Amino acid sequence: MTTADRQLLSRYHSEVQVSVELQTPEMILNLGPQHPSTHGVLRLVARVDGEVITEVEPVVGYMHRGYEKLAEVRTYPQITALVNRIDWVSGFANEIPFMVATERLMGIEPPARAQYIRLILTEMARISSHLLFLSSFPLELGAATPLMYALRERERVLDLIEGLTGGRFHPNFNRIGGVKPAAGAGSTQKKVVQDLPKGFLDQTREAMVQVRSVCDEMVELVLGNEIFQERTRGVGIIPADKALAFGVTGPNLRASGVSFDLRKTDNYLPYSDLEFSVPTGDNGDGFDRYSVRLEEVVQATHIVDQATDLIPAGDLQTKVPRIIKVPRGEIYVRAENPKGEMGYYVVSEGGRGPYRLKIRSASFSNLSILPWLLKGQLLPDVIAILGSLDFVLGDVDR
Amino acid sequence: MSAILDNFWALLGLKVLLIALVVPGVSLVIIFAELKISAHMQSRVGPYFAGGRYGWAQPLADGLKFMQKEDLVPRDADRPVFKIAPMVVLAGTMAVFVIVPFSPSLVVRNLDLGIFYALAAGSIGTVGVLMAGWSSANKYSLMGGLRAAAQLIAYELPLVLAVVGVVIAAGTMSMVGIVEAQAEPFFHLGDTAIRLPYLLQGQFVGFAIFVIAMLAELSRTPFDMPIAESELVMGYLTEYSGIRFTMFFLGEYAGMFAMSAVASTLFLGGYYFPGLDSSTFGPIILMTKVGLLVFVMIWFRWTFPRFREDQLQSIAWRWLVPLSLVNIAITATLKVVF
Repeated sequence: MTTADRQLLSRYHSEVQVSVELQTPEMILNLGPQHPSTHGVLRLVARVDGEVITEVEPVVGYMHRGYEKLAEVRTYPQITALVNRIDWVSGFANEIPFMVATERLMGIEPPARAQYIRLILTEMARISSHLLFLSSFPLELGAATPLMYALRERERVLDLIEGLTGGRFHPNFNRIGGVKPAAGAGSTQKKVVQDLPKGFLDQTREAMVQVRSVCDEMVELVLGNEIFQERTRGVGIIPADKALAFGVTGPNLRASGVSFDLRKTDNYLPYSDLEFSVPTGDNGDGFDRYSVRLEEVVQATHIVDQATDLIPAGDLQTKVPRIIKVPRGEIYVRAENPKGEMGYYVVSEGGRGPYRLKIRSASFSNLSILPWLLKGQLLPDVIAILGSLDFVLGDVDR
Repeated sequence: MSAILDNFWALLGLKVLLIALVVPGVSLVIIFAELKISAHMQSRVGPYFAGGRYGWAQPLADGLKFMQKEDLVPRDADRPVFKIAPMVVLAGTMAVFVIVPFSPSLVVRNLDLGIFYALAAGSIGTVGVLMAGWSSANKYSLMGGLRAAAQLIAYELPLVLAVVGVVIAAGTMSMVGIVEAQAEPFFHLGDTAIRLPYLLQGQFVGFAIFVIAMLAELSRTPFDMPIAESELVMGYLTEYSGIRFTMFFLGEYAGMFAMSAVASTLFLGGYYFPGLDSSTFGPIILMTKVGLLVFVMIWFRWTFPRFREDQLQSIAWRWLVPLSLVNIAITATLKVVF
């Protein structure tokens, strides 16, 4: 082929391209790790054709902090501070399964009062986590105001948690065998018995009334909004069988119609004494995931109300040795966290720290459905689906 | 003084200067209103310290801050287009004010085709947006620009068709003429002449369509997909900084002002209010009506989520266009019958 031929051909080539069909090449769009809708550092490598996502590959691990490995060189009491930071919007709830696992391995049981305090704080963590979801999901869809309304009431709950534990996000309030023990139990210091702060239970009940009122507000402002319904109904449907196959848990699973709640099935906290219902959805779309969580907040406030009535008097702490050593053995304890099933698999060799700690975090398993779920969706829907799954990157990467 | 007012060029220059001062000034006021109104809707206080009282100087402070920022141009950007785009947006918006009558005499040019000109000039801004999206060499910007273009095509039609109803009713396309037609008595109740703006003369469907299309044209919530912070990270604005970003920002609020002024002239009686002297109180009356419309737009923005691009298209083509055609037919029939 001569140069002249090539020139001729190239001239025709460009003509052919235009006349035969309009070339619409697919492009690769990097959503994240710096993107406002990925709640941190999730990265989605999306192949897009116009606005349609033809393929998506989630990339996780930008926030990997190596907690499982760190736990191997920490003592059991020190690990409480680590597990707090896994899902940071419900810090207290993360502590519970680990504490229960350790206590079961040691064969001790915390006093009833401590268990009730744990239950109240767990539900408050659930309320604070869900309120964050209830406010951030409309934000993904472009409505900024529900954020302010829900966070205003969330602040009351966080204030209560702070007043009791000293920390808003990372309470670090559990101790093996109970909750925060009597200060200065050693031989050189005077023993001071601590209990709940004065008026804590009353303030809690008041805050629950406020939380319920903001839930009513959300029903009107968000759920009743035509545009919100248009954007979420039928968007990102997870059928029940797919949800179970991908290991989706928590509200995302219940929105698909599977009534599965570890608070009802496992007895890691005295939930069996209390009455509450497990809300489920019908379609498993974004709208159901929102309304299920909204109803869960209301149920959580009822749980807290009942618990503040039923809470028995007594110690906050059972007797444990000063140096905690856990006998040889292994155990898996799971709990219903705001994001889903959170489990710790603890292997003990009899030392002061675990030989191996495997963390089963809810967000990581929930995200595994993303490549299947996002295929063929429109870009705005991708954002809506991401928002409706309610994950926290700390919980994904650990 | 009268020598200046008699000289055509001197008078024109004076009017243009007035527009060039008033439009950015009013835009700053609208920006401040948005800051404060959104704050109070969200149980916040909003800006509080700038300027001493109520944070009134906050928009000025923001503007000064933006001007100090580096004017970044991405390496792969189409430099001339990238640099011109914000000017196109702002110039297109400012050009609308040529025909907005603030009082019977306070109008730069009372064109016979006034409303025609306004709609044409108002959509130049979208060309600037498309230029910005294309030249930024950024995928998010490109998508934002394309969404803006799709939105323009979909909403220009209902916008124009909604205006046709008013034009038929008024029998003129001159903006002053349309206001004067609304100042005519609509009917007589005994001895009192009842004068009504076109909104109350049966053009409420046209008004609703106009407002919806206006929101889409201005990329305001619930039609802010070209910007869509949570999806496209500000879309075509992503790569802009400094003074050019300020121009876009000012252009957005000047656009709100311009479209509200056009809407109040067409549907709310413009500078006319029964019982008040138009040549004295005209500007105040018009600004009050503009303020009402701007408040509604701000209210929408902080209440509604945003639509999806395909939903926006279906609203435009399946609802607004047929509705506005029906509106035209009814208006024309009534005009002939009465």
